[in-house]
Amino acid sequence: MIGIRDYKRAATLEEAYQLNQKRGNRLLGGMLWLKLSRNSVQTAIDIGGLGLDKIEETNEGLRLGAMVTLRQIELDEKLQTYGGGAFREAVGRIVGVQFRNLATLGGSIYGRFGFSDVLTLFLALDAEVCLYKRGRVPLRDYAALPYDRDIITHLLLPKAAPLAVAYRSARLTKTDFPLLTCACAVKSDALQIAVGARPGKALLLSGLEKYAGRRLDEEEIEEIAHHAATTVPTGSNTRGSAAYRTHLVQVLCARALRDCFRKEDGCGADADS
Amino acid sequence: MELTLTLNGKKMSRLIEPGVLLLDFLRGEGCCSVKRGCETSNCGLCTVFLDDVPVLSCSILAARVQGRRVTTLEGLRQEAEELATFIAAQGAEQCGFCNPGFMMNAIALLREKEEPTVEEIRAYLAGNLCRCSGYEGQLRGILAFIEWRKKKRGGAQ
Repeated sequence: MIGIRDYKRAATLEEAYQLNQKRGNRLLGGMLWLKLSRNSVQTAIDIGGLGLDKIEETNEGLRLGAMVTLRQIELDEKLQTYGGGAFREAVGRIVGVQFRNLATLGGSIYGRFGFSDVLTLFLALDAEVCLYKRGRVPLRDYAALPYDRDIITHLLLPKAAPLAVAYRSARLTKTDFPLLTCACAVKSDALQIAVGARPGKALLLSGLEKYAGRRLDEEEIEEIAHHAATTVPTGSNTRGSAAYRTHLVQVLCARALRDCFRKEDGCGADADS
Repeated sequence: MELTLTLNGKKMSRLIEPGVLLLDFLRGEGCCSVKRGCETSNCGLCTVFLDDVPVLSCSILAARVQGRRVTTLEGLRQEAEELATFIAAQGAEQCGFCNPGFMMNAIALLREKEEPTVEEIRAYLAGNLCRCSGYEGQLRGILAFIEWRKKKRGGAQ
């Protein structure tokens, strides 16, 4: 368990940033993962009082503060309109309501955890990460960066909502870490598929340009799912083998794509994996 | 450091260590309904309300509740007693260790939604683990409570 010697509630982002440059200090998100580490923290920096807990529509798109909780993401009407239920599906199986009332978007994204449902979905949605010093960075680039001491202030979702979004995950039990995650976003000019919990962190599938901007038939859906299974690297851990995960990549990709095109038809989707 | 909060309706100030968890602070204040369980944020035993929202007190620093309202089962007397009667009537308590956290979260659900469906109840309470009951008795107890409350309110009109 973590040991914390001092606690500071930051009055400004600059104060939080300066404190966070000191090696022994740590910024607090929801603290759920940090709590389990064996590290000793000199000063825990709390940015909970800086108004970063809002989901807002701006000229540039939907802006989500770093301290927005997973429960807010699950319930927010703007997000449900934007993602057609995919947000609820992606976070609604993470442990329990009490956990999701504490866990934050910023903490989930900063952690870039392999098991992250949040990272998988936001990658497929082409989100950008807003960092206090560095400015805006596409999430796909941020996911590959090493951990540093900048502060995530917001996540930005593009103004134009996708035509359809679907999220699928496979879990051994309902509220466990996922065995595999898959998010698809169909846009007017692109098709984006992210696969996570491989068990490595989520990545975006490449080579989908020829499928962009049009309706896909069943044969093409199977083709993409096969392409995903042959190109997405998977590994083994206590939850499942690499071979099983590769099988799941194909199954979940196909299901998520079907969900997307059913949603485009206005028929909704059955999200049970 | 000094912590000021409203605990179960009473405003108080205490000197605390900066790293103390809310769970330990509350137990130190005599709120023994708040149980230490898994300590990995999974079991729901330590559930309390923070400004009326259910959270895991094992996973939040006491320092973070500065100026806020914290409610434990001790602060929900009548509301908790009414629901507990129905849970007990189904024999759903058994060892009883998970019961305070379970009750807190069930009350949070029933405040949010008057008549949740079975699926909604299961989903909301998924973060409360019980290793005795298999959850069916608790589910029956909540459904019976909802029915009773509906009749009571109907009768009052």
